[in-house]
This record gives sequence, structure tokens and C-alpha cells, in this order.
Amino acid sequence: MKLLRDTWLIFQRHMLLMLRSPLWVVLGVAQPAVYLILFAPLLKPALASVGANTMSDAYKIYVPGMLIALALAGGLYVGFGLLGDLANGVIERSRVTTVSRVALLLGRSLRDVVTVIVQCIIITVLSLPFGVFVNIGSLLLGYAILALCALSSASISYGIAIRVANPSVLGQVVNNIAQPLMLLSGTLLPLALAPLWLRTVADFNPFNWAAKGLRALFIGDTGNPAIWQSIVIAAGLMVVAVIWSARTFSRSVR
Amino acid sequence: MIKIKGLKKVYKSGRGKKATSVEAVKGIDLDVAQGEIFGFLGPNGAGKTTTLRILATLLSASDGEATIAGANLRTEPEAVRRLIGFVAQGGGTTDDVTGREEIVLQARMYGIGKAEAEKRAEAALAAFDLTEYADRKCKTYSGGQRRRVDIAMGVIHQPQVLFLDEPTSGLDPQSRAHMWDEIRRLRAEGMTVFITTHYLDEADALCDRIAIIDHGEIVAEGTPADLKREISGDVVTVVVAEEAERAGELLGKESYSNGVEVREDNELRLNVDAGDSAIPQIMRTLEGAGIKLETIELHRPTLDDVFLTKTGRSLRD
Repeated sequence: MKLLRDTWLIFQRHMLLMLRSPLWVVLGVAQPAVYLILFAPLLKPALASVGANTMSDAYKIYVPGMLIALALAGGLYVGFGLLGDLANGVIERSRVTTVSRVALLLGRSLRDVVTVIVQCIIITVLSLPFGVFVNIGSLLLGYAILALCALSSASISYGIAIRVANPSVLGQVVNNIAQPLMLLSGTLLPLALAPLWLRTVADFNPFNWAAKGLRALFIGDTGNPAIWQSIVIAAGLMVVAVIWSARTFSRSVR
Repeated sequence: MIKIKGLKKVYKSGRGKKATSVEAVKGIDLDVAQGEIFGFLGPNGAGKTTTLRILATLLSASDGEATIAGANLRTEPEAVRRLIGFVAQGGGTTDDVTGREEIVLQARMYGIGKAEAEKRAEAALAAFDLTEYADRKCKTYSGGQRRRVDIAMGVIHQPQVLFLDEPTSGLDPQSRAHMWDEIRRLRAEGMTVFITTHYLDEADALCDRIAIIDHGEIVAEGTPADLKREISGDVVTVVVAEEAERAGELLGKESYSNGVEVREDNELRLNVDAGDSAIPQIMRTLEGAGIKLETIELHRPTLDDVFLTKTGRSLRD
């Protein structure tokens, strides 16, 4: 109960901060929006081999991948905010209170999830003119997968931030993690185009499973087992990541 | 109210053969009474902040015991957190929220309900002279206003003990005096206040008792007046019109004198136990010998002198 109350309290504070400087949310969508308009048109010929015959088909393959990349990258860079609050005394001032330690981290991470989902909604709306129509049930399920991915990547970022405790090292580490995860989840180009060994490696990447599930939902292939698989795997990853970061955080801050 | 026994902090760095350890706090003992303003005085790096952070449950001690308001620091950190308030040197306000929002959040982090937290925040804002700025963002505040918000947050759960790390560093003289008044007001309400400072005048003016820490060890402890008396008594400087040598000889023989030094320009320095009673006696002695007195001046030792005596160097070095 206390954990829920405290998490809600910290979540509200961070939402307030986000709403006071909404520019960050919009800036976060700028890059995916540019990709959507300038990069995706190149894809139609490339995606023909995986069954994309029309522009709309190509976008339905491309957009879900980009959303996964957004959830992954959006989450992975949140550690900088935590390092900032550790440096400016906000965390310390919270630690002398009886507030739940786990809530300090979870409240933040949930704000990060909201940020990512808002960005995903913006991208989804921007995709409408390109013929990306998805039925509302599938879309909501897709956002659930994205939320799980964002919560996982945010937790991973916080955990690493506490371990390295240095913004420039954090930047390097996050870049080195984000890049292979992104490439191996077929977010930019589907891995169906990749050689077998690369696909085998990618099978160990939870974000690749998430991307597969999300694509099935966008295409309207609702019977595809990739959907439930992606939910189970993303949920599993989320649980592991949250527990790991919460333990790392509570151990380091007592 | 605060009892510390053998408190130690060792920082370890490196691994294997390269491992080094630094003893930041080397087993200190302290007792702080209820309702006292206790000053923890020392140069930067002496172990002040480390000790304070241990007492505020932010760091774990390597060894030793401490109880605060009856709660054991090691075994009951949650109970200690409820009983103490802590304000770090740099504070902990966020730029984009208002002072009121910060104070309400702090109260709510202690588990206080929303309505009660808002009521307390209102009262705290008034008590700390912040009502006028309550709904402006923290980034618009002056250093003194920000520090007052920090302290209002530190006492919002009505703790019995308040820890303040360098509460006036970086403040202009007026804000500093204001801050001293706030701290005295908290003491008047029955709170025990434990502050660290490297300002000797602050320790002297504000604190009921002080401890001087140097290289992780307590080198002196007592009221500022006791500490000053302990080291040297008072110094009286006398300037005579002529015959300084003879005046020195005469004064040196008197029972109230602990030593005389004859300096240039007919100046004499006398060490005495109590300057205020020695002055009339000095005047009588000189008058009796027919030596004309030009000026006479009393110097009380300052905490600077105490610090110099106890640590062998000046705090400003």
C-alpha cells in the first residue's frame, strides 16, 4: 500500500515537471517524425520481398519498428535525469524521509512510460496519412507492449546510471547497448532480410520479439502467435529489469 | 538527545593490492543535549559532513554506535528518519516547481496526508517569511529564500533534531543574520539543532556548544566561552608615554599578571586571567609608579585563537 501511495506521489511530481516543460516530449518525436517522412519512402522496394506491395504495407512494417526503437531509446536515456537529481540534492532530500526507496525509482519510470506512450501516439497520428490504419483494440494492445518495453529500458537505464554514476560514462554505455539492440530488433530494416545467423542472434533480443508482435498487430494478423509471445517476453523483461534496478537503487542509497 | 560513541567511517577505494583506505572519521564520541544548538566546527575535509550524513542515515558508519532521540541509528533507521530533519549544504529544491509545492511534497514523503500537508506548508511558509514567494518557481528565489525553503522542508514533519550542513555558506550577511534568527527560533520551540560550519564567528554567535573536528578527530569540545577561556585567558595591551621597560618590570611582578612582553613604541602586552578586573589594577600600578598611561585595550581570545591552539594552524589556511 505504502509502495503504491509513494509511487503515485513521485509519479505525480515527475508528471508535473514534464508538463511544465513539454518541449522535451515534442523534441523526442522530432527524429522519428523525420524518419517517417524522409526515410520510410525508400523502403517500399526493400520491403517488397517481405510482402509489402503498397506504400501502406511498407509503412505498416516500418512504423511498428520505429515505435519500438522510440520506446527503447526514449527509455535508455532517462538515466541522465536521475544523475542530475542525485547531483542537485533532490534524491538526498527524499532519502532522509521515510518515503519508499523503490517508489522513488518506480514513480520516475512510470513518468518515462507516459512520455514514451505520448510520443508513440504522436507518431501513430502522423502515420495516418500514409495509410497506417490499425483497429483500436490492436492499437491498445500494441501500446501495452510499448509500455512494457519503455518501462524495461527506463529501468535498465536507471540501474546503469547508479552503477556508473557519471554522465559521460553513462552516455557511452547506453550508446553501446542501444545500438546492437536496435539493429537486432529489426526496427529499421526487418530481420527477414538478414542471413540466418543474424536472425538466430536476434532471437535472443526481447525487443526483436516485441517488434514482431507489434508488426503483426499493425498488419492486422491477429491470430499470429508472435503477439502473445511478444507480450509474455516483454512482461518478463520488464519484471527482471524493474527488480534489478530497484535493488541496485535501494542498495546504493540505503 | 544525540549520543555518539566511537563513530568511525573508513572509505575504501581500489581492489586487491592497490586497495587503499582513508579514515574520514576516526572514532568520535559526542553528547548533544535537548534544546541545544550544537556546532560542529572544522576545516573542509575534516569529517564534518561525513559525520552529519551518517547521523542523518544517508551513510552507514564503519563502526560505532549512535542513538538519536532514543532511536538506534544502526538498527532503527526508519525511526531515526521520523525523528530528524536534515538539510544538505546545497539544498534540494527543483527549479521548475514552487516553494509551496516543494514543501507539500516533502511533507507527503513523510506519509502525511494531502490536506494536512497543505495546511502545514501554509504555516511553514508564513513562519519562514516565504508567503509572498510561495507560488513562484524556485529558480526565481534568492540564495537566502531558497535556503529558507530547504529548512522549512527539513522541519515540516516536526522533528526533534534538525541537522543543518553549512546553513549559511554562500549567503550575504543579511540573509545570514536572518538564518541565525530562524535557527534560534527553532531552538526556542524546543528543537535540538546540530549544525556544521567553518565560520568561527557563526559558531561563536549562534552555538550553545561546539566541537572542533580536525582530520576526523574531535580536538576540543565545550561552550565557546569555555574554550576561549581555556586556551589563554585575556590579553591587555598597554601603551605608556615613557619608561616602558620599567613599567614592564613592575607589571610583571603583580599577581594578576601571567607574563609581560615589551614591544616597540612603548607597547606592553600582558597575559591575564580576566581582563575586566585586571584593567583597573594595571592602571593603579602604573599611576603609583608615576608612569603616564596613554591607552589601554582589552583583547578577548576568539575561536580563531582556540582553533590555532588546538590544531596548530589557522582555519583559513
